[in-house]
Amino acid sequence: MMKRVINVCAAAALALAAQTPGAGAGTAWEGVLAEAKGQTVYWNAWAGDERINAYIAWVGEEMRRRHGVEVVHVKVADTAEVVTRVLAEKVAGTAEGGSVDLVWINGENFAAMRDNGLLFGPFVEGLPNFALVDVEGKPSTTVDFTIPTEGLEAPWGMAKFNFIHDSARAPEMPATMAALVDWTAARPGRFAYPAPPDFLGSTFLKQALVELTPDPGKLQQPVTGDPAFETATAPLWAYLDALHPHLWRGGQAFPASGPAQRQLLDDGEVDVTLSFYPSEAASFIANGLLPDSARVHVFASGTIGNTHFVAIPFNASAKAGAQAVANFLISPEAQARKQNIEIWGDDTVLAVERLDEPGRALFAALPRGPATLSPEELGPTLLEPHPSWMTRIEAEWLRRYSR
Amino acid sequence: MAEALQPLGRDAPKAGFPARGLLGWVPALTLATFLLPICVGLLGTWLPAFGYLPAIGGAAFSLEPWRALFASPGFERMLALTITSGFLSTAIAFCLTIWFVAACHETRLFAALRRLMTPLLAVPHVAVAIGLAFLLAPSGFFFRLAAPWLTGSEIPPDLAILPDPYGLALALGLVVKEVPFLLLITIGALDQVGAKQRLATARGLGYGPIAAWMKTVLPAVYPQIRLPVYAVLAYALSVVDMAMVLGPGTPPTLAVQILRWFNDPDLSMRFAASAGACLQLGLVVLGIALWHGFECIAIHQARAASFAGRRGGSGKVQARAAGLAMAVVVALGLGGIAVMAVWSVARRWRFPDAWPSAWSLETWSRHLDGVAISGWTTLGLGLAAAGLAVALTLGCLESEQRVGRRPTHRALWLLYLPLLVPQIAFLFGAQVLAFRLGWAGTWAAVVWSHLLFTLPYAFLALADPYRALDERLLRTARCLGASPARVFWRIKLPLLLRPVLISFAVAFSVSVAQYLPTLFIGAGRVATLTTEAVALSSGADRRVLGVYTFLQAALPLAIFALAIGLPGRLRPFGPAREAGK
Repeated sequence: MMKRVINVCAAAALALAAQTPGAGAGTAWEGVLAEAKGQTVYWNAWAGDERINAYIAWVGEEMRRRHGVEVVHVKVADTAEVVTRVLAEKVAGTAEGGSVDLVWINGENFAAMRDNGLLFGPFVEGLPNFALVDVEGKPSTTVDFTIPTEGLEAPWGMAKFNFIHDSARAPEMPATMAALVDWTAARPGRFAYPAPPDFLGSTFLKQALVELTPDPGKLQQPVTGDPAFETATAPLWAYLDALHPHLWRGGQAFPASGPAQRQLLDDGEVDVTLSFYPSEAASFIANGLLPDSARVHVFASGTIGNTHFVAIPFNASAKAGAQAVANFLISPEAQARKQNIEIWGDDTVLAVERLDEPGRALFAALPRGPATLSPEELGPTLLEPHPSWMTRIEAEWLRRYSR
Repeated sequence: MAEALQPLGRDAPKAGFPARGLLGWVPALTLATFLLPICVGLLGTWLPAFGYLPAIGGAAFSLEPWRALFASPGFERMLALTITSGFLSTAIAFCLTIWFVAACHETRLFAALRRLMTPLLAVPHVAVAIGLAFLLAPSGFFFRLAAPWLTGSEIPPDLAILPDPYGLALALGLVVKEVPFLLLITIGALDQVGAKQRLATARGLGYGPIAAWMKTVLPAVYPQIRLPVYAVLAYALSVVDMAMVLGPGTPPTLAVQILRWFNDPDLSMRFAASAGACLQLGLVVLGIALWHGFECIAIHQARAASFAGRRGGSGKVQARAAGLAMAVVVALGLGGIAVMAVWSVARRWRFPDAWPSAWSLETWSRHLDGVAISGWTTLGLGLAAAGLAVALTLGCLESEQRVGRRPTHRALWLLYLPLLVPQIAFLFGAQVLAFRLGWAGTWAAVVWSHLLFTLPYAFLALADPYRALDERLLRTARCLGASPARVFWRIKLPLLLRPVLISFAVAFSVSVAQYLPTLFIGAGRVATLTTEAVALSSGADRRVLGVYTFLQAALPLAIFALAIGLPGRLRPFGPAREAGK
């Protein structure tokens, strides 16, 4: 009973804080921290990367030390499983005491949870550290695949599509998607991309679409109908028809996932893998997962980028604790550690130049490896198309190439 | 046998033993524990299959999910893949098992391979699959051994071996995993049908070893192993974890596609997923009916051959061939686990190096904490689920013998439901039930979800030895004034100690291997070695997979070693065993 009263108070305080940024936020946040103390946060996060798992474990230790919050990493093979579980809880009428307190999410999983009323919030504006986020310079921190986040998910890290190639076997990389066809024709069987709907495979398709479609501006709006879809995507299918015969296994089979293709690159079955983290290559080399000759490559005209977030389900048991974690994740210390290629190598969502002196120093001190590109070398970031394009493209891809 | 013991049961009340005491309710209780979640689970799957799932806006019944299913890309290929890999693997596993037993039962190789087979039986399917995948891939172990001196290239060949478009690698994986199971069941049944006497007679009449076995032992053994064969077929048709590792992906087998749909962020895909889950069930039912049809034809053909009087040769060549085939199967299974164990201590191992170029214990030290937690959880769940399964099995069988009621016997067939109904077909519905009761994520609920699968296997491993126990012994004991309880504890259990322990070990390894039930019912909060292995396998770091694969294999193996080693040490039961001979 008491807990519920506190919950209501905290929610009211949060709502107030959201309306009047700055004023009263301190006290409301102290209330959240007070409630968070002693709570256990079940954080459901993809666990396919040990470095990330180790980082999450570090977050848990810090949260225990600083705020008395226990963090349990619920290891997930596919975030959609979490959507499934929260949905099952909603079907069963579990309005509180749910099994998920915090979930690592973005894109279509976020859209699915939002559309089905499975999320708690808005809570993001109430996080003190949210003021440090580079909302203007990194617009994807508040617009997730063209869908406004509306304070339902807190930004955590930045992703940018790039290629990792073995420079010992493939020193020269193509400069555009169009040039990639000739590149693969010259070395048959040495390029591949994961089968959509794996997110890296889908991103490869979106990258091609953005470069090839007659009017890229249309991709920022929802698909308006079949004729519009056909006009916009016809060049993409023609492109893939030309590309596929030169792929690994003659385009008859595709790697199951991004990590599976990373393994293929290390095994020497292909010369290129795809990545969403520009510092991932350096980290793979440091961890003995790729040869020292692995290098990052991006197109000069830019590649697709997006943001990944954390969100709190509507029925989370430890909402205060989850908010405390979300706030810690966007602290300069946690963000700088995350960007360290020896730890994880995931780019920050913060506006580093706006931080105070100690905060900027944390980022300035980060190590760089031979496979790390500077922000200038990484080129411009292209916007994600509206999710309806991705859904349609994935379906069409399966119809054409998975049979 | 239940009928044969009927008089005993009917006499019991007169002798002062109630025919339906606490024990009498065990079968009913067991069935209720089972049927409830499965029925609710199936209902929770069937309703969405016909368009009803209010939580995501399906308020009216329709056939739209089925239309979506049939219109899904690559649907025909999915079905073809599922059917070929399922039937091919079951047929090969079955024929290989029978051929091996028939051809090699007199050889020394038989005992040796049989002993080597046990580890394979204990290892979870996904561990075997992961090992096999590394052995076979064009950049895998075999090609590393052959390159570059044989293939002439530092670069792995671009061959469609893994994944192959026809699901042959998947079929091979299933064969490797199912042969040990079928062999164990077959060998277990041999004692029950008096194979030795049958063989002695046939050999005395001049039949060769293979002909003698096929003509006199197989007809008696097959009815005993029929149900396990059906379970193998049902499993092969609906396997998910192995198919994810070894099967093709574009499109995958039906079961994998159903899981993908269930996990699709677009929640409306659940309708097609549910329809697919219903179809998967239909496929299994149809598959078993078809197998039964083949059975009838084969029996008809074999009968004529049996009476033709051909004696068959010494079968030396066949014995060698069958032994070799079996040795290949065992080598593939164990070899895969072994190379994964090597991976766990490797730092760098690139193509075409035959062995790692850099070694390190770092993977182990980094994962020790996580491994310890999930390892203890796996052990605890396994012991509980296997212990309960064996206890309930004994309760059911004892009750069946004492009450001796035919309907009970028939109803117990329902126990096999979880093996025949694809997991994917009822787990979502069962998960909703668990949430409703507030049990999801609790240990009890996960043990219960494992019990659905450990119990049938415990029952499979124990029912036939139990029912085939020489009833004269029991009658004699009763005539000497022993109570049914005393007969159970002092005669039956000691005689059946070996099958009881084996069934415990089988149930334990089944529990260790559970992925989907742990995930669905454990709400992600109960982490076992298997759930962690699959979660990590999406990161495809073979060194970490090596650690988990090795432990996944080692844990059930230790239990099996105990199950096989213990009876020899428990000599106090010896006199009873000798009395039986």
